[in-house]
Amino acid sequence: MLSALLIFLPLVASLMVFMIKGNAARNFALGAAVAEFVLAVFVYCQFKMGNHYQDLTMNNIWVKSLNIHFSIGIDGMSLLMVLLTTFLVPLIILSSFTTAYEKPNAFYGLILFMQMALVGVFTSNDGFLFYVFWELALIPIYFICLLWGGENRGKITFKFFVYTLLGSLFMLVGLIYLYSHTGYGSGLKSWAVQDLYNAGRSMNESQQSAVFWMIFVAFAIKMPVFPFHTWQPDTYVTSPTSGTMLLSGIMLKMGTFGLIKWLLPIVPLALTKWGGTAITLSVFGIVYASCIAIVQKDFKRLIAYSSIAHVGLISAGILSANQQGVQGALIQMMSHGVNVVGLFLIADILMRHTGTRDSDKLGGLRNMNGQFAVLFLIILLGAVALPLTNGFVGEFLLIGGVYQYDAWMAGFAGLTVILGAVYMLRSYQNIMLGEKNVNVGAFGPLATSDKVVLITICAVVIAFGVYPKPLNDLAEPAVKMLLNNMK
Amino acid sequence: MKGLLIISGLGILAMLAEIFKFKKILLPLVLLGIIGAYVANFMEWNNGLSISAFDNMIVFDKVSIAFSGVILATAFFWFIMANDYFENSSNVVDHFALVLFAITGALMMTAFKNMTTLFLGIEIMSIPLYVLAASRKRNMASNEAGFKYLIMGSFASGFLLFGIALIYGASGSFDIMQIRAYISSAAPGTLPLFFYAGVVLLLVAMLFKVSAAPFHFWAPDVYQGSPTVITALMSTIVKTAAFAAILRLFMSAFGNVSEIWTVILSAVVALSLVISNFSAAMQSNVKRMLAYSSISHAAFMLMVVLANVRSNATVGALLYYSLAYSIGSIAAFCILYKVTKKGDESFDAFNGLAKRNPLLAGCMTVAMLSLAGIPVTAGFFAKYFVLTIMIATTYKWLVILAILSSAVGVYYYFKIIIAMYFKPAATEEPVEIEMSQKMVVILTCLITLALGIVPGYVAEMFAF
Repeated sequence: MLSALLIFLPLVASLMVFMIKGNAARNFALGAAVAEFVLAVFVYCQFKMGNHYQDLTMNNIWVKSLNIHFSIGIDGMSLLMVLLTTFLVPLIILSSFTTAYEKPNAFYGLILFMQMALVGVFTSNDGFLFYVFWELALIPIYFICLLWGGENRGKITFKFFVYTLLGSLFMLVGLIYLYSHTGYGSGLKSWAVQDLYNAGRSMNESQQSAVFWMIFVAFAIKMPVFPFHTWQPDTYVTSPTSGTMLLSGIMLKMGTFGLIKWLLPIVPLALTKWGGTAITLSVFGIVYASCIAIVQKDFKRLIAYSSIAHVGLISAGILSANQQGVQGALIQMMSHGVNVVGLFLIADILMRHTGTRDSDKLGGLRNMNGQFAVLFLIILLGAVALPLTNGFVGEFLLIGGVYQYDAWMAGFAGLTVILGAVYMLRSYQNIMLGEKNVNVGAFGPLATSDKVVLITICAVVIAFGVYPKPLNDLAEPAVKMLLNNMK
Repeated sequence: MKGLLIISGLGILAMLAEIFKFKKILLPLVLLGIIGAYVANFMEWNNGLSISAFDNMIVFDKVSIAFSGVILATAFFWFIMANDYFENSSNVVDHFALVLFAITGALMMTAFKNMTTLFLGIEIMSIPLYVLAASRKRNMASNEAGFKYLIMGSFASGFLLFGIALIYGASGSFDIMQIRAYISSAAPGTLPLFFYAGVVLLLVAMLFKVSAAPFHFWAPDVYQGSPTVITALMSTIVKTAAFAAILRLFMSAFGNVSEIWTVILSAVVALSLVISNFSAAMQSNVKRMLAYSSISHAAFMLMVVLANVRSNATVGALLYYSLAYSIGSIAAFCILYKVTKKGDESFDAFNGLAKRNPLLAGCMTVAMLSLAGIPVTAGFFAKYFVLTIMIATTYKWLVILAILSSAVGVYYYFKIIIAMYFKPAATEEPVEIEMSQKMVVILTCLITLALGIVPGYVAEMFAF
């Protein structure tokens, strides 16, 4: 019941927001998003108290003939993702307060609708339902990017849409193929996640490989992993800031989460055969994207590329399929989500206050707004994974996980930390430090909403850097169970 | 059965309207008649008995009643949508009668039990459509459309008749069930060659009717030249009827000689998928685009036939697909009809529709999402059912091809969405729409969404 409420609260709120005229829409949306977060925290408490089954799962028949169920449930992994989603959406809404969007009701309605779909993706226990939510998440973000995006948005968002849709269609075929293999023995076909696991494992290596690639492509496009990443930088740069935050902060995690829950346990044989190839692609993507990030002048584009690098490491960790790697991936997904939202907000603030994000045209901002400089620095350090920030915990575990798989790979994957430090610190230096650039006028004090968002994010960066135990406590048993499931 | 009688009676009634001067109330009368036919249909469904008539030449069983239901529902929406088209033409009454007769033919095609009834049904449906396609008398394109449609349709009829004759020559019967019995009683390899030739000729004739590639060349020109409302009729009711007929013909009568027609059909499906989607992506005229897209939908429906498993699941899938496609198309065509009133039929006509009429833009978005097969619309489940059936057969390569081509499909459907929301309009002038048509658009969109949210109601009509 509670988990269903998590899905339907944003849906109802989104429909209501659509009907509200004017700026009241955004206040209402913020209220709804905060309420959703409170609900998620309540679910977390319930979960902690050991109440796993009665309230947190739901299973109703949706389409009888195909045995499709509306089956949702919460375990440690999905709870992490739900907490991330519900934590970020209010921040994303709040950070958009300084920009006056046309038709705010549609804008915030779409954001809440997307939240519904995202929570659905993370909680569904039915393969078909998962696919439906997966696709539903795509539609609002497409419209957000299309209607409120920047230059050339028509072409760019379209490329993004076709890319992801093509990927998910392949996933659909993969899932249907799995479905057609379920019911071995009993003859009753089923979409339930556990039955799909069993169906996958009953296949031989070549069948598993086919399923692996079909589903992997969908996730790889969403994350994105090299060489499926070409839609990403343009889309991130063109989208309105809130859209970029949704894409990078949460939607990207759909891919990594899918990899953990909907691919690893299904195709163990294919993973031993093709896992190396997929990890190589991910690791190559890390180095490739980091190198491109180094030469970027536009700060938003730089974050876009750095995101490819980070997610490459996450994907490599997951595909190495060991406790450290997967657990690290879950934790890094949380930290990356929070940090990247902070970084995109900073890019947005730079744009609003100075009219440019080009690091060559900026400089010496620190002297004009010390507070901003400190907040920026904390988030930046989180992103480069300095010890005692949240980024460190995840990356440390991830590299450890990849190391268990292959030491050489870990060596290359570790470059993400070094190269990350290079481009992040360099751009900080260019933008914030040094002499004041002649192009920059005044840099006034931050808006209250921005300040609240940045301070919250900084608090999370430090809090979970110092004390990551709550995250570990959720991730560890869930990952253990998953990996046991794979044997 | 009663539905068929009511609709043909309505056709005759419509012809009398001019003489007895009740032209004004003709439309409400027709709508009432369709509702009556629908109710009669519904009661026959609930009775659960198959009704046969005319010496077993027509049989209304569950399958034909279900497909008639789709046709009648589409017809109902169509008449409301085409309302103002009728008002503007000088000879309203003839148009009414012609359309009603076309629907009569379509209903016959869903229920034939005998090759002669099939032929009669096809002709009764097609001949009014030839006339209607050319009904804008002073318009060159409309005349061309009518002429092309007539020539191509006659060719198809020729093939059909020849095929029927050859099959009769071999089996000695026009009756579907007797032909089936003839096939299964013959020892393997003893069927005469001209019987196979007959089957292939019938296949070709039916493929002409559903405009599958490579028999599709008439479709874009005819769709473009005909008045928009007539195009809507051609792409919904005609398709549904033709597929009901194909289902009966190939899955019942020729199910046991599938080796002869599945090879051809699989090539046709593959060709249709590729040609239609790539051609549609290159069109600048929306009606031409929809013509090519209808070929692609035909290919999807043909896949169900190709699977050649006569089960409740396949019939349900085909029924669901025709319903989803018909309803989505009616919405799309109704909006297209209003938007292109000024004569501009290119994608530019949709520019800035979101500002000029947000309701229409929203509904068009739903229709396009459904035709493109995005969840949770009817179009998604339609494609999904087909894919689930196909993945269990040996035609897995067609599934991949279908997936790739539907991704191309997204390109041209979204071109309209992008135009509506993203491109600036040439004029700020709002697009006017009558209340009744507005209801059609809203209702069809709601049905599209409802079918997508609870697909079970239709897909499980045959209780599998």
